Parts: sequence; C-alpha cells; structure tokens
Amino acid sequence: MRLTFRVNGRQQQADDVWEGESLLYVLRERLGLPGSKNACEQGECGSCTVRLDGLLVCSCLVAAGQAQGRDVVTVEGLASQAKKRADGRSGGADGRTGKAGTDLQPLSPIQQAFIDAGAVQCGFCTPGMLVAADELLERNASPTDADIREALSGNLCRCTGYQTILAAVRLAAARGTADTAGTADTAGTGG
Amino acid sequence: MKTFRYERPADPAAAVTLVAGTPGARYLAGGTNLVDLMKLGVETPELLVDVSRLPFGEVEETDTGGLRIGAAVRGSRLAAHLLVRERYPALSQALLSGASAQLRNAATIGGNLLQRTRCLYFQDVSKPCNKRRPGSGCPAREGAHRDLAVLGASEHCIATNTSDLAVALAALDATVHLTGPAGVRSLPLTDLYRLPGDEPERDTVLRHGELITSVELPPPPHSARSRAPLMVYRKVRDRASYAFALVSVAAVLDVRDAAVHEVRLAFGGLAARPWRAREAEQALQGRPATEEAFVEAVRTELSACRPLRENGYKLALAERLAVAVLADLAGQG
Ligand SMILES: Cc1cc2nc3c(=O)[nH]c(=O)nc-3n(C[C@H](O)[C@H](O)[C@H](O)COP(=O)(O)OP(=O)(O)OC[C@H]3O[C@@H](n4cnc5c(N)ncnc54)[C@H](O)[C@@H]3O)c2cc1C
Ligand code: SF4
Ligand code: FES
Ligand code: FES
Repeated sequence: MRLTFRVNGRQQQADDVWEGESLLYVLRERLGLPGSKNACEQGECGSCTVRLDGLLVCSCLVAAGQAQGRDVVTVEGLASQAKKRADGRSGGADGRTGKAGTDLQPLSPIQQAFIDAGAVQCGFCTPGMLVAADELLERNASPTDADIREALSGNLCRCTGYQTILAAVRLAAARGTADTAGTADTAGTGG
Repeated sequence: MKTFRYERPADPAAAVTLVAGTPGARYLAGGTNLVDLMKLGVETPELLVDVSRLPFGEVEETDTGGLRIGAAVRGSRLAAHLLVRERYPALSQALLSGASAQLRNAATIGGNLLQRTRCLYFQDVSKPCNKRRPGSGCPAREGAHRDLAVLGASEHCIATNTSDLAVALAALDATVHLTGPAGVRSLPLTDLYRLPGDEPERDTVLRHGELITSVELPPPPHSARSRAPLMVYRKVRDRASYAFALVSVAAVLDVRDAAVHEVRLAFGGLAARPWRAREAEQALQGRPATEEAFVEAVRTELSACRPLRENGYKLALAERLAVAVLADLAGQG
C-alpha cells in the first residue's frame, strides 16, 4: 500500500509499504530517519518514542497503516519544533527541514541540555528520552522531580542511572520557558 | 510476522461485516497489545480491521447523570477528562497507574478491556499453553506463576486479567455496549469476562465479530456529607511506576452514622477477571464501618483463594490492601 503522512512538518510518501510494518520501520528504513531507535519492539523501553498527532507513542507498536494521513514528529524534528514554538503560533513557523525531514536548525534546548548535563552515555535511549522530555516541557514549563520521573517512566536507560537525565530536564526547564514551553493548544492530553 | 490484510472501514456496520465474515479477522484499535502479540507470533490474524477512527471517540454525560465513554477513546484522554477526575477519580487513578504515557496515548478503552494475559508461557510460542493452544497443557502451574491467579482458576489455566481499567469499572458498576452480526446488546462489565473452566482460550463472552462500542457508568455515588465521591483505586506492583499489578483494589464506600451505607469492592491481579467482592460487600452492608468488620468481610471473600507454590503472598497482600483502602475511605467520610 501507499502511505502518505507528515513527518517533521513535511509531507512524506512511501510506496509498497507492507501493512505489518511498524511506523518505526517506515521511519528508519524507508524514510532514512534512523533517530528513533529499535530496541525491544514491545512497547517496553520507549527508545522508539515519537509524537503522533502530538501525542507520545511507541512507534514500534503503531502499524504503518495507522499513520496514514497523520502528523509525526521524530527526534530529527525536535529543533524545528522548538523553533516553531519559540516563533509563536503565527509568525515564521516554516518548519524548515531537509530532504528527508532532517533538521537544519541548531539543536533544540532539550538536546543542548542533555549534552551540557552529560545525560548521554551509549545514546540508545536518548532520542526517545528527548522526545518525551520535550513533550513534558511543552505542557509543563517547570516540572517537579516527580513530574519528570513520571513523564520519563516509559523510557528505560541502562547506562546513566537516570540522575544526569533528570538533571538535563531540570536544566532545560531552568534555562527558561521561552524556547521550550509551547502553547496550550499543542499540549497532548486534556479533554 | 504472518502476512495479513488491513482495512479501515468508514462505519461500524462495515467493520462488523468485515470481521464477522472472516474467521481469522481481528479488530485493531491502538495496537499496543495486538501488534505486540502478532510480532511474538501469538496472534496470527489474516485480516485487521482498524476501528480506532470509528465514531466512538466521545465522552458524554448521559441523561441520568452517568457517563458514556466511546470504545475508541484513548486512555490518556479519559484519565485527564474533567468529568472523570471530578466524579470518578478511581477511574482516572486506574488508567494512570497502567503502562506508560506513550502506551496510554495509543491504547483505547475497548482494547484495554480486551488485552490478553501477560502469562509468560502464553507469550512464548515455543511453550505449551492451553489458552494459546487448547489441550497443550499449562506449564505455569508447575513453573512461573508468581503473578498468576489465586481465585477462580481451573486446572487448565491460572492466568490473570491485567487490565487496571477493568477493575475500576467493575467497582463502578459499568455496562459494556456491543454491536455485532446479530445486533446490539449490553452486558454488565463483570459479565464480559469468563473464568477459564475447561475453555481457557475464551477470555470473554464476546462472539466473533462483536465490537465494543462504548462503556457506560451510572451516576457516581456521593456521600451524605461531601460532594466528592468516596472512591479509590490502589495498585501494588514491583516498582513504583510502569508495571502490572501484583494486586490492586478499587473501592467505593459511603459511611453514614458510622455504619456502611454503600460499599463496592473489586480486586485486580487475583483472577482471570476483575474480581467483584460481592460476599465482602454483603457482609459489610449496614455494619459498623470498623477495621475489624473490614478484615472479617475481606477474609470471607478471600477464603475461596487457592494459592500455588509462589503466589500465596497475594492473599495477605489483597487482604491488607483492601482493609487499608476501606479504612482510609471510612476516615475521609
Ligand atoms: C509494556 C506494557 C506495559 C503495560 N502495562 C499495563 C498496565 O500496567 N496496566 C494495564 O491495564 N495495561 C497495561 N498494558 C496493556 C495496555 O493497557 C494494552 O495494551 C492496551 O490497553 C490495549 O489497547 P489497544 O487500543 O492498543 O488495543 P489493541 O492492541 O488494538 O487490541 C487489543 C485487543 O482488543 C480487541 N479490540 C480492540 N478494540 C476493540 C473493540 N472496540 N471491540 C472489540 N474488540 C476490540 C483487539 O481485536 C485485540 O484483540 C501494558 C502494555 C505494554 C505494552
Ligand atoms: S496459565 Fe493459562 S495462559 Fe498461562 S500457560 Fe497456563 S494455560 Fe497458558
Ligand atoms: S522499541 Fe518501541 S518501546 Fe522499545
Ligand atoms: S544512555 Fe545508554 S541506554 Fe540510556
């Protein structure tokens, strides 16, 4: 089947997609976006975390067909997503992305904070952590430690012991809400 | 993974026709359980009928002041819904205690109710398992059964139902609305699930092609003194977040003049279905709301427990958890 959907602000199309492929496979193997990682493939580790219509999901458990017509943001799109938020709802939100939806923006604040706090060891969990942490800061500009722990509880890390990751999220939050915090209408849940 | 076809029909009738007409067809909602089981080779459907975008995505108040929850509503959305947080806090607590944010965002109410057991042997196609392959045996009985059932099990299967949502809904007297090839019908949630008996392959009473369309809650009980409904969901697990329940309890308690005016109690983690503790409820009705009365009533209910080598701890855990929850609720009243 043909799959048409938006990835990191850009319309994408993949042909001859088999229905049994996961969204994760389509992103990595067909669209050349290897940022989202493939570890457990069972929804347990969160290394494949992306946003689907704004909501965090494990892309390893999303069947390709379910992404039809939807909007996906991967770790490769975090920087332009952050820039878009900083530019505000109206102005300048051009979502400038490269050929395969790879970012041409400098790093997003959460990415920079992970580097500065030394929150990356082997790096396998990092893309999923970044997408989940970015989503947290978008809806909660000054999270408590309990908020951070709960928000990242679906993302497992076998290297860092989590302390540096917590520090990175605190750092990004402390550096200010201007470029990390989003507008209420992009917040995932709510009802 | 075995090849399969994928369809996304526009309306419920078409979805039912598709599944009813294909023996190997399954509904697909969030996919967080079904896709996982397909990767493991446990489920091998020939057709997936995607129902996640059917018009069952609403949460609405009913004429009687209850709540109707569409089967395609996502767990995270229901947990955050204002009416749920205000009137049915136990439901919100149950949802938020399950899985991770990523999974709750994808998982639907219908899919949650029909998630399959996490018994290790069920998930491992190289092992025998009566639920997966009827007649092949139940290695859990001799093997790893620390997480498995102490109530209502049979010699053929000791699996547990792992839905936190179902436990809260059982205590809230929820009704499940279905549509199927033979028309629509409704069931109390507690009647949706079967005990294994000699047909452990059948988790529920659903017929092939039946689709859950919504779940309905009666108006929440209110205590005489406060407007807030006195209910809670509490879950004990191996770690503080992101783990299935060892034992969980959902309770509603209304105490008036120091006596039990209304009580509803359901256990998770003990059986193949959420265990509504009717005996304990009856024993408590009209009785003084004291810790001694709670202990006695809960023990009556749990006297039917038949633990195995490794899961006897669930008895003491269930008793203490239920008594603590009831005592807390009585104290708040
Ligand atoms: C790592 C992990 C941890 C988890 N932890 C917990 C936990 O702590 N507590 C908990 O309660 N759950 C937990 N879960 C299970 C999770 O809640 C379920 O996977 C999820 O709720 C299933 O919903 P879904 O919409 O994705 O269903 P799907 O996977 O799409 O479907 C599940 C089943 O329901 C059927 N189905 C779906 N919708 C309908 C409908 N409307 N009518 C008829 N049949 C339907 C499907 O055919 C399928 O058989 C966990 C899952 C994972 C992967
Ligand atoms: S307990 Fe049930 S699901 Fe587990 S191995 Fe036995 S038959 Fe299979
Ligand atoms: S690869 Fe998807 S959750 Fe682990
Ligand atoms: S840095 Fe290695 S898994 Fe997290």
